[in-house]
Amino acid sequence: MNVGVLYSRIRRDEKLLLAELRDRGHGVTKLDVRDQQFGLTDPPAGLGDVDVLLDRCLATSRSVHATQFAEAYGVPVVNSAATATRCANKARTSLALAAAGVPTPTTQVAFTRETALETVESLGYPCVLKPIVGSWGRLVAKLESRTAAEAVLEHKETLGHYEHKIFYLQEFLDKAGRDIRVLAVDGDPVAAMTRRSDHWLTNAARGAETARLTVDDEMRALVARASEAVGGGLLGVDLMETDDGYTVHEVNHTVEFKTLDDTVAVDVPGRVVDWLERRHGPQGVSA
Amino acid sequence: MSENTATAEDPVTGEEITLPADLEVGEILDSPVSGAELEVVSTEPVTLEEAPELEEDWGE
Repeated sequence: MNVGVLYSRIRRDEKLLLAELRDRGHGVTKLDVRDQQFGLTDPPAGLGDVDVLLDRCLATSRSVHATQFAEAYGVPVVNSAATATRCANKARTSLALAAAGVPTPTTQVAFTRETALETVESLGYPCVLKPIVGSWGRLVAKLESRTAAEAVLEHKETLGHYEHKIFYLQEFLDKAGRDIRVLAVDGDPVAAMTRRSDHWLTNAARGAETARLTVDDEMRALVARASEAVGGGLLGVDLMETDDGYTVHEVNHTVEFKTLDDTVAVDVPGRVVDWLERRHGPQGVSA
Repeated sequence: MSENTATAEDPVTGEEITLPADLEVGEILDSPVSGAELEVVSTEPVTLEEAPELEEDWGE
């Protein structure tokens, strides 16, 4: 199998995948997305020869566009352009989850500061304001009072890129200091961990403490449904625990897994490559 | 230099720094002398440049 790896930064996640692929004798074609030029019909050199393209772009905007071009050339991509498009934008993710009946926090989107403030007031304090595109917990605000909400909304409207004028607001859920990350391949969990922090944000990228977690039946079923809702693939599904069960608040399509690999006993890159071989190897569905 | 290490010039300070040998083009390293984030732009020989600044849509 010749695996194309589309990247702009080689993180430890990519190094783990590259090592696993090479150790198994697979060909690897590294493609720096910054060097590529995408025409409408012909793929850039090297891209057309791969059996599958692994999109590991660090920049979401590049990921969304490059996957569409790859599919136009007939190159199978992990993850698909449809999955990337849904996961890259929090509103699209929320719509996909809700349409599939997957429990997800109450979410409202407003386009002006005034309507956003009305939304904040209706959600109550605290509530959460997130950028429509973003990760690692950056620019996520917990709004605890009207005055704080007014200030943050004014700053976003005045200083922000136009996407910051799409106000994505969510109810605040008391997650007891932790949330859950499940890495899944086409909805089948590979491994899971909790992320705990004294801060209300519990992203691993912000230094949350992680611990291995056994996937229970409810979690397994929910991860499968969330994966299917966004189009499947290699995904990081984030869940919170509530009194009514789990709720899915995010699905990540260029998922980082180095922390998970350090936390659990499962060989995470090994399981990912197992799945790639099943899906795209000589006996795989796209071969 | 052992088999498990490589050396390269830190583009910020000009000093020679020691790095792991299993470098990948595109990999990001923290310079042990300047603390700067550096990108590996070639491995034979190892050449480093200052890494691009973090962008808003980076992440997973």
